[in-house]
Amino acid sequence: MGQYVVRRLLQMVPVFIGATLLIFLMVNVMGDPVAGLCGDRQCDPATAAQLRKEFGLDKPVWQQYLTYMGNVFTGDFGTAFNGQEVTELMSTAFPVTMRLTIVAIVFEVVIGITLGVVTGLRRGHPVDSGVLLLTLVVISVPTFVTGLLLQLLLGVEWGWIRPSVSTAAPFDELLLPGLVLATVSLAYVTRLTRTSIAENRRSDYVRTAIAKGLPRHRVVTRHLLRNSLIPVVTFIGADIGFLMGGAIVTERIFNIHGVGYQLYQGILRQNTQTVVGFVTVLVLVFLLCNLVVDLLYAVLDPRIRYA
Amino acid sequence: MRGATHAGRAACAVVVALAATACGGGGGSTADGAAVFSSSWTDPQNPLEPANTNEVQGGKVLSMIFRGLKQYDPKTGEAKDMLAERIETPDSQNYTVTLKKGWTFSDGEKVTARSFVDAWNYGASLRNNQKNAYFFSYIQGYDKVHPAKGEQSAETMSGLKVVDDRTFTVRLTQKFSSFPDTLGYNAFVPLPRAFFDDHAGWLAKPVGNGPYAVDAYTKGSEMRLTRWGAYPGEDAARNDGVTLKVYTDNNTAYTDLMAGNLDLVDDVPAQQLGNVRGDLGDRYLNTPAGIIQTLAFPHYDKDWNKPGSAKVRKGLSRAIDREQITRTIFQGTRTPATDWTSPVLGAQGGYKKGLCGQWCEYDAAAAKKLIKEGGGLPGGQVKITYNADTGSHKLWVDAVCNSINNALDDDRACVGNPIGTFADFRSKSTTQKLSGPFRAGWQMDYPLPQNFLQPLYYTNASSNDGKWSNQEFDKLVDRANAETDVAKAVETFQRAEEVVRDNMAAIPLWYQNGSAGWSERLSNVALNPFSVPVYDQIKVG
Repeated sequence: MGQYVVRRLLQMVPVFIGATLLIFLMVNVMGDPVAGLCGDRQCDPATAAQLRKEFGLDKPVWQQYLTYMGNVFTGDFGTAFNGQEVTELMSTAFPVTMRLTIVAIVFEVVIGITLGVVTGLRRGHPVDSGVLLLTLVVISVPTFVTGLLLQLLLGVEWGWIRPSVSTAAPFDELLLPGLVLATVSLAYVTRLTRTSIAENRRSDYVRTAIAKGLPRHRVVTRHLLRNSLIPVVTFIGADIGFLMGGAIVTERIFNIHGVGYQLYQGILRQNTQTVVGFVTVLVLVFLLCNLVVDLLYAVLDPRIRYA
Repeated sequence: MRGATHAGRAACAVVVALAATACGGGGGSTADGAAVFSSSWTDPQNPLEPANTNEVQGGKVLSMIFRGLKQYDPKTGEAKDMLAERIETPDSQNYTVTLKKGWTFSDGEKVTARSFVDAWNYGASLRNNQKNAYFFSYIQGYDKVHPAKGEQSAETMSGLKVVDDRTFTVRLTQKFSSFPDTLGYNAFVPLPRAFFDDHAGWLAKPVGNGPYAVDAYTKGSEMRLTRWGAYPGEDAARNDGVTLKVYTDNNTAYTDLMAGNLDLVDDVPAQQLGNVRGDLGDRYLNTPAGIIQTLAFPHYDKDWNKPGSAKVRKGLSRAIDREQITRTIFQGTRTPATDWTSPVLGAQGGYKKGLCGQWCEYDAAAAKKLIKEGGGLPGGQVKITYNADTGSHKLWVDAVCNSINNALDDDRACVGNPIGTFADFRSKSTTQKLSGPFRAGWQMDYPLPQNFLQPLYYTNASSNDGKWSNQEFDKLVDRANAETDVAKAVETFQRAEEVVRDNMAAIPLWYQNGSAGWSERLSNVALNPFSVPVYDQIKVG
């Protein structure tokens, strides 16, 4: 097990370097960021040159990348164009997005798995077809439509919530944005769980458990659910990384100042330091989530062993 | 379907539960009793230093916490003395500035001649990376502290001298009669010692001498400003404070206004223009701002710099139906342009309605004829370049192209050429990499005709991206700058503008309006010529 973890961690190194290099090059291809700093007017050449020098933009790209990576390993992610340290931006943005992701994941797990189990156990029942139809609708409607619609209805028409999230972004204000963010994944989790449950229901060990006379809830939770959760866990694990980086739309609609907001602004202002820094951290989150998911397999299914 | 409704009801119950808790948790920042209101904001692009702030959002804050020598009248745009008791000159080149008594910064420090001289030297110094440094370029010694190439050889400009606590002198490199009128710009405000002694601390919580003081600043999300009780000026705030909230999307700000969570938006999103009257009634404002949109041309490209090119450009200008585009696409928030300045200057200040004359009037037949006489479109097609990321430019560029194509009866005469980001667009246009007309917007720095002409059309001027050059124009501008009589200066600038017209150096499209919408709590809301709300005059309750 320990050896396996070490091997996986070592595999992350090339993935990490490759991913950051790609992002670095992509942002660089977009052109000279200094030109956009002076609005609809030309920066005077002396100031522009000075700025380029300060941000290291006057050096060749490979050298910029090496310097950047060197700094990253000492914890220095550089400075954004507005003079703020990128680490400072991260320290305000990541907690907010983390909270949003937690809310979304909780919705996925609680509602998604519950609906999945209910429908999986009653295949063909009206409940099943109803939920299936509902998930189909949810999957086919884009997030920004659900987001704007709920915002307008609950925030403006009925006045139940504030349409935008305050600066502090506490958990209770993030409930609606979290639900909106989770909707599509939630539908997938429901469908995944449903299929998996329905399949395993007919398996031998479930029949044995029932034949032993175990109570129904014990059969479902200990035997059926535990074995059916493997694909769902894979999905949710991968989803954590996806939700953290992909919350741009939701964060814009509800004015949440998280990772998506910083990334969006970074891209608009062509701020290499911000974009690469945030994406680097997201890559790390993604890799770690995948590792945790793989380790969870062993917990859920004792037959899987890592050597 | 019994099950379906059941599940649906369960989902509703969840939503209700969420909504209820969210509702309980969200205390409005507007509900704290005092006459404080909230206003939409976006994160300033640059650090909030006066000489480093070149966009409206940062300028908004500076206009609240700073007062300079002059202040532009919110209604007329006229530059009026603020901290200056008098600004005297015998020759339009040497100025003596005398300050009024009794002004201090909100931290108690006195505003002296040194506060100005130090601030201007800081702004001009190459080392400090100030993006508005060129504002000081008329002052003698600027080339030493801000050389075009190489290291700076001086720390301070030789043209600035402190005489005593309340007096300093400015020597310019050339005659510039309207120099005092430029001093209302944010780059020229005084700075307290705290700015230099504890720079990081000052940036975290800026201190100025304006009607408001910064109470708390959370970078990237919120700034709370409170009325400064001891403010010595006459334009003291008529409310207790303003909370600026950062919005990523102006649609969300508008939604928040509708829900009563926000009191003032100063940028009504284009998508809402159709229903804003119905939503807000008379709590909506749409007034001209000092912004003009033009199509600039690559005069460095020989295809656009031939004997007949001026005719082709005039033909294109006449092929654009400005009336229709401003009405249908902008819902009246733009006004068709008939000169190269802005209506906010006023007739006396240099705006001349109809200066463009027939060349800005739509006439398909005349357009066709002009372009044919000028030798046709270079390569048979014009590509209008614009940035696609902000400002919904695609909409109007497509409309302009449509108008040109219809006028010329040629489906391929004009196409849009989008560029992904503003930064990339600017880097291409400032390095002369574009080969066709491109979008050019100009927001004035100070309400003078000089500001609409010289930076854009003077040979090698800072924003002359198309590299247009015309000796006659340059001569007229020089003459107008040296002219001490305001009326004569304006007249000379207009003659220079006529040179721009006769060559159609750039096609004027429309003047942009500023817009604002506000909640029922507010009254006396107005926008100044820079399309920034006049915060200090707003009344709450």
